[in-house]
Amino acid sequence: MIAKAKIIKGMYLDSVKLMLISKELRGLQGVEDAVAIMATKENKDILAATGMLVEEAKTAKDSEIVVVVKAQDEPKAESAMQKAEELLTAPVKKRSGDKAHPGSIQAAVRDLDGADICLISVAGKYAAAEANKALDMGLHVMLFSDNVSVAEELYLKQKAVDKGLLMMGPDCGTAIINGVPLAFSNVMQAGHIGLVSASGTGLQEVCAGIAHRGEGISQAFGTGGRDGKNAIGGLMLCSCLDFLMQDADTKVIVLIAKTPDAEIQAKLWEKIGQSSKPVVVNFLKDMEVPPIADMQYCNSLEETAAIACAVLRGDKPMYPEGEGYPLPKPIAGRKYIRALYSGGTLCYEAMQMYKRRRGHYPKSNIASETEFMLKDVWHSEGDCFIDMGADDFTVGRPHPMIDFTLRLKKIAEEAVHKDVAVILLDVVLGYGSHINPAKELVPVLQGLDKEIVVVCHVLGTEDDPQHLHEQVKALKDAGARVFTSHRRAVAEALDIVEQGGV
Amino acid sequence: MDGLKLYKGKLKVINVGLEAFGHDLESLAVPVMQVDWKPPMEVETEAMSLITKNYESKIREANAQALEIINQGKPVLIGMGVALDTIPGMHKDLILHAGPPITWDKMCGPMRGAVIGALLYENRAKTAEEAEKLAASGEIKYEPCHEHGAVGPMAGIISASMPVFILKNETFGNLSYATQNEGLGKVLRYGAFSPEVINRLRWMDAVLYPVLSRAIAHLGQIDLQSLIAQALHMGDEVHNRNRAGTSLLIRQLAPALLKTMEKVEDTAAVLDFINGNDHFFLNLSMPACKCVLDAARNIPYSSVAVVMARNGTDFGVQLSGTGNKWFTGAALVPDALYFPGYTKEDANPDIGDSAITETGGLGAFAIAAAPAIVQFVGGSASDALSYTESMYEICYGESVKYQIPALDFRGTPLGIDVVKVIENNLVPVIDTGVAHKNPGVGQVGAGVVKAPAEPFIKAYHALADTLKQGD
Repeated sequence: MIAKAKIIKGMYLDSVKLMLISKELRGLQGVEDAVAIMATKENKDILAATGMLVEEAKTAKDSEIVVVVKAQDEPKAESAMQKAEELLTAPVKKRSGDKAHPGSIQAAVRDLDGADICLISVAGKYAAAEANKALDMGLHVMLFSDNVSVAEELYLKQKAVDKGLLMMGPDCGTAIINGVPLAFSNVMQAGHIGLVSASGTGLQEVCAGIAHRGEGISQAFGTGGRDGKNAIGGLMLCSCLDFLMQDADTKVIVLIAKTPDAEIQAKLWEKIGQSSKPVVVNFLKDMEVPPIADMQYCNSLEETAAIACAVLRGDKPMYPEGEGYPLPKPIAGRKYIRALYSGGTLCYEAMQMYKRRRGHYPKSNIASETEFMLKDVWHSEGDCFIDMGADDFTVGRPHPMIDFTLRLKKIAEEAVHKDVAVILLDVVLGYGSHINPAKELVPVLQGLDKEIVVVCHVLGTEDDPQHLHEQVKALKDAGARVFTSHRRAVAEALDIVEQGGV
Repeated sequence: MDGLKLYKGKLKVINVGLEAFGHDLESLAVPVMQVDWKPPMEVETEAMSLITKNYESKIREANAQALEIINQGKPVLIGMGVALDTIPGMHKDLILHAGPPITWDKMCGPMRGAVIGALLYENRAKTAEEAEKLAASGEIKYEPCHEHGAVGPMAGIISASMPVFILKNETFGNLSYATQNEGLGKVLRYGAFSPEVINRLRWMDAVLYPVLSRAIAHLGQIDLQSLIAQALHMGDEVHNRNRAGTSLLIRQLAPALLKTMEKVEDTAAVLDFINGNDHFFLNLSMPACKCVLDAARNIPYSSVAVVMARNGTDFGVQLSGTGNKWFTGAALVPDALYFPGYTKEDANPDIGDSAITETGGLGAFAIAAAPAIVQFVGGSASDALSYTESMYEICYGESVKYQIPALDFRGTPLGIDVVKVIENNLVPVIDTGVAHKNPGVGQVGAGVVKAPAEPFIKAYHALADTLKQGD
């Protein structure tokens, strides 16, 4: 073993910096001990006590740095000495200007001056607590997370109502507030239609329909699917309706909810009765509605958009001409529709349309009556409408709007059956969704049996990041019958199988 | 209820969860702040719901009151005295120690060493063996400094004959105490008890104490709040770095030392001693925080910590809202830089009452003010800023008197809120010296240490219990 020392004059470094250098030197291969230290009397005593005060170090003065190295051999000691000098004279690294992200909503509010809304998508178990904090900080909340209990939802919504705040969700995927699309939302122009919806894709479909007709929106509020249930009492639906009734930018109000409970319906009808603005309503069910002046009830999401625009302009509802696909020649034995949806409300609407034509529902994994419930969600039978955004398919997997893997697999599986005539799909564009769905779908569609007709609804606006136009074109080129209205896509699918003489 | 208040204009969004949502908004030029979210610490559901229910009402009110008291507190040095005559409840068989209560058999090496040293110093034993026997005999009683208005760095040993500083919280009138700092190297507080240690203590009794005592008496009092505030602007965080504070103290004392001088050699020796000990001010910054925090004790429902202290075995926490109860968990071994010849293997778990500085919004909480020691926290000045900034996340408020230049003179994070510690899953960080695990060796390093989570979880549950009773 060899010990070496070196005195460095005319340099001062903080003792902590020197300790760091010492630590690094001790880590070098072949070095048994090493120290770089200011040679004060106290420090030299410490060196002496640990056997590091070698002869050459003894003459070092108070203001000098002494480096002492004990190493296995001369070359190791020399290279450690060189390393020491390198470290002692190393230039200071540029200070990174990056500030760490705040670790809490409270801290974020301080860092983002004037923050007004909090978007929460943490695991459901923790989501209510975070939403509660955000409300306490005076923030509006959009709670994307699901698996939040009814009791928690009620508590949060009551608190929000008391504070004059939005509490959108839990399980709220879509909202456009002050023109900003949040989570899964489409890019919309500013305009005069104000929407409130307890259905995510329902809201998206109506927004897209409004955009296709050249109109824009003032606000699009989501409430989460349970708001219309008795347990929640329609708290947010009412709060948002009140807001839209007062809001100067809103001239027409749209209300969408997957059939609210009777009591809540009554509450909503009463509120609508007080509105001085026209209200367009869609409860996603064929039902008797009370006669209210300036209120129109719609049977489809497209109609909802069309009527809202018509009322705003004071003219007739507009339904663009059909894409003019000639009906395909029926093929013997091919008679069933297999619908594979990513949007829950779209699937639900398709089932309503089916029932209107056929008098009964198709099989589905989201059927409300057991009779029509699919026995095994992985094995289709007859006409079969599957919501692949339901828990059956999303536990442990990303949502099908983001990840197409499972749906592509299902498409290929359905196409193998000789009795399938039509595969009906939805493609939801907008922020949050897959950035290029056509790229995923096209190769699979091209590989399908040519006897199978693919009907595809693309939900989106021209300004969406996926570019509606390009998505439509790519899917058409792959042989699909593409529609930007859901109602018409479903009608096409039904027409095709019906002309086959079912 | 006046209906929904949603104002027109550009939306500013805080995003908690999926970062993709934040990126989408950024691409639309919407101002977004991503929260670096972590799940909270695991606590009982019932406790959490009680705390959540009351946080914005009872707890917030109590915490606001606690913060006001802490912010109004004004520590001044008013004199010195001998522990036996000065510290309430002190008696000749009592030894005060750092941290939560502990018995001789559970004490770590350095604390035992310091007890042995104190018994030698008190002439209660002639040899270390004798002292050890007496220490274990039951004749000597042990109590936390904190339960007597005192604080002590590292082992924190105070015995009956030791001279102590007397501090007063001028606003609320309560007092606090600490011994004179012995310097670095082989010292009692790190568990050393060799003759040089005892001799130094005797010199401190015979020379340092009377000289300082006269000077302080001549000045009447010294405003420590102002000294600490200035020291923060001069690169101290008054825990691991006290160079500026010590210098400022000498400036204040110098004229009085001369005016009250009896022997020039003594005064010179005193100045020499303080000049050679950058940590001299620590034994004033600690009791300064102590008397300020003690005034904020016993505010029902307050979740603000008034004590964090370690005895080398356990880490203890006391909350304003839970009276004199200690909540403890095993003390951790600091992640430190070690002196030549030593490694983490030699280190004792974290020890000392000095975490009172962090509890009072200083120390590691103010490390952004002390660029010279940022190597302890990763090496760059921005690391130090991040450390301090992260501590705002667990504090109820900010200091109105202690500011950090590098954060645009923002007040230091103040009032550790146990609810935020749990909810943000973030424990306090503490600057610390590291003692050798064996008695008699002394300091082997310095660095930062994280508080263990356990005492905070226990404190959280206890606070929830007070809410249950209060219902």
